Amino acid sequence: MGSHSSSAHGENYINCEKGLWSWLTTIDHKRIGIMYMIAVMFFFFVGGVMALLLRLELFAPNATAGVGQVLKNGDAYNQVLTYHGAIMVFMVIVPGIPAILGNFFLPIHLGAKDMAFPKINLLSWYVFMAGALLAVATFFLSKIDTGWTFYTPYSIRTGTSVVVMVVAAFIMGMSSILTGLNMIVTVHKLRAPGMTMHRMPLFVWAMYSTAILQLLATPVLGITLMLLAAEKIFGVGIFDPALGGDPVLFQHFFWFYSHPAVYIMILPAMGVISEIITAFSRKVIFGYTAIAYSSLGIAAVSFFVWGHHMFVSGQSELAGIMFSFITMLVGVPTAIKMFNWVATIYKGSVSFDSPMLFALGFLFLFAIGGVTGIMLATLPIDVHFHDTYFVVAHFHYVMVGGTLMALMGGFYYWFPKMFGKNFNEALARLSFVFIFIGFNVTFFPQFILGAMGMPRRYFDYIPNYEQLNKVSTVGSWLILIGFLIGLYAIVQGIRKGSKAVANPWGAKTLEWQTASPPPQFNFDVEPVVTAGPYEYR
Amino acid sequence: MSTDNVTHPHAAHVSHHFNDATQEYDSGKQGIWLFMVTEILMFGALLIGYGIFHHLYPAMFSEGAKQLDWKLGFVNTLVLIFSSFTMAISIQLIQRNQIKKAAMALAITILCGAVFMVIKYFEWTHKFHLGFYPGRFLDLAKTGAEHANLGMYFGFYFCMSGLHGLHVLIGMGLITWLLIRTIRGEFHSQYWIPVEGVGIFWHIVDLIWIFLFPLLYLVG
Ligand code: HEM
Ligand SMILES: [Cu+2]
Repeated sequence: MGSHSSSAHGENYINCEKGLWSWLTTIDHKRIGIMYMIAVMFFFFVGGVMALLLRLELFAPNATAGVGQVLKNGDAYNQVLTYHGAIMVFMVIVPGIPAILGNFFLPIHLGAKDMAFPKINLLSWYVFMAGALLAVATFFLSKIDTGWTFYTPYSIRTGTSVVVMVVAAFIMGMSSILTGLNMIVTVHKLRAPGMTMHRMPLFVWAMYSTAILQLLATPVLGITLMLLAAEKIFGVGIFDPALGGDPVLFQHFFWFYSHPAVYIMILPAMGVISEIITAFSRKVIFGYTAIAYSSLGIAAVSFFVWGHHMFVSGQSELAGIMFSFITMLVGVPTAIKMFNWVATIYKGSVSFDSPMLFALGFLFLFAIGGVTGIMLATLPIDVHFHDTYFVVAHFHYVMVGGTLMALMGGFYYWFPKMFGKNFNEALARLSFVFIFIGFNVTFFPQFILGAMGMPRRYFDYIPNYEQLNKVSTVGSWLILIGFLIGLYAIVQGIRKGSKAVANPWGAKTLEWQTASPPPQFNFDVEPVVTAGPYEYR
Repeated sequence: MSTDNVTHPHAAHVSHHFNDATQEYDSGKQGIWLFMVTEILMFGALLIGYGIFHHLYPAMFSEGAKQLDWKLGFVNTLVLIFSSFTMAISIQLIQRNQIKKAAMALAITILCGAVFMVIKYFEWTHKFHLGFYPGRFLDLAKTGAEHANLGMYFGFYFCMSGLHGLHVLIGMGLITWLLIRTIRGEFHSQYWIPVEGVGIFWHIVDLIWIFLFPLLYLVG
């Protein structure tokens, strides 16, 4: 970096080197973020097509000719269901925000030039792709039908490619560990002068808590999946009841990871929401420390609640009651965040640009997801709702209504920074309206279906459930339209958008202090931080 | 966020995104330790599984443990502890610029790893020879097992020592890579981060064995 600034010459991370090869070998965290973006968008598309197929199958009972029989039989339905679930979880929602937005903005938020380990950062993209492609490859070997949870003993008995699939998930787990590790060290060691922990943007706090979770939870899932593979190949007997093993142990191990994993999915979203809400309310965020530490609080509590997935697994009654109680505790730090966001909006000068619309959508949908989560955490209610569509509606409200909304909002929020272009605001808002309405039309009826007793993971149902299922399926088409409009807005923005200014929203965090798109090493001169992240008024 | 601007001078041998060698060193060290946390957690989950089933089937586990030759396990423990020692020595030597001796120490470490693996190899093949396969492959008739699910013990045995053995192999590979770089003269009193990183890995692998040995060979 010489005495004259590179960005003044129009040089940035996109045009500083040219050609596909320069992208595939880049160690620039921003480019790696973009590469994740492309990959995740692709997998989202694949998982989305499968979701539409599932919904189409459920449009009418199978007795109805035509539409009721899109997926010819229960096996095909189970397979599509498994791939939809596994792809959406392991390849979309888990890596989504950390790998795309986290990679891109965490170092900039800290005033750093890059992640602590740029080469490992690139490596984790390749590891992720290898795992993801391996997982997709099983689709063409012999399709698996276990559901994304791979519960034993069924997974021990069914088709062989379960082994390949769990190895793939293990590999993606490695990538997740590497990303998390990189972020923790970056936060600890690469903050610019003056950037104390308590001056870090809340997005960084959220990523930091997520990274800790990734690091602590993923290894347990890794070994569990490896044992499952060993079980299938060598018959080691740990999970196989026929050999004296315990299938419920698998569930304990699995959820010991996968419950914290749902916070790996939602904590980053909460970080994005904190950024958007303060920027578009033009107000200092209310309760900075409370929001920051509640992320850590959620991360900590999340390790002690896994048993709420096993209320009906035959674990002891006492364990059930304990898990039910501890699960309620997660509500506390979560509510702290919710109230702080609302308090921030209150009496702020709120502008309803598309990122803010997604953030408000998040608040609304996540509130419903959260409240129904508390319902499910209540042991007697869960015994009734377990494995019904109520659960399906709940986790879609959290994962799609929560994480995906935040990802979209964050994406529009940072789009001008990432690409140095403006997108068409009207299209973005239209896309939001379709997604938001479509989402509720799709998933709200599922609460009712679940309460009426419609079980999940079934490819057919009795005629009583037909009306609501029709509504739900039509909703999925509205979501599709919403995403297509959004995709068009993005592609059009990148290709033809007008040039963006450095700080279009008038926000205060560090990324807005540098050029759009940022120069290769983020800042022309290393920033020295002298105040907190949200100095609005 | 309000900021001031200053520029930093940049030393040549430090990666572009670090301000100085200390920052680079501290980051590397923290990274490797965090990675070790994940290793310990991974083995930790295995140990918990082992603990649970040991609690459920104490008699079966002690039958299994009796089949293992604790003397071989003990020799292997000594070999690994010694290798940890030579590994630590190699870092000391590099810090004092005694490159040839450091290379020797690394070579000895690799050798110890190899001895460990050879002993493991004989242990495993001997077990196979007697019909002690994991899980459903255990040969009940040949082994004359008292407990029908003895295979589970060997499931644990082969998984745990197999995963550990895999780590020893990876460690040997990494140390070979260090050895080559040492001989090429890439490490010296100013720069030894990779040696220390691999060293930490190797110590953790030893440490894990020190837990596995009594659990598998002695308890029961
Ligand atoms: C956006 C439109 C979406 C639609 C219409 C949709 C639809 C469905 C349907 C019909 C099922 C089967 C439910 C059952 O029978 O149990 C399902 C399951 C599932 N979906 Fe979605 N989904 C969508 C998006 C997502 C996203 C973005 C995620 C990301 C996390 C996701 C995660 C899951 C999971 C984890 C399952 C459970 C799979 C299993 O039980 O193995 N879905 N979805
Ligand atoms: Cu949970």
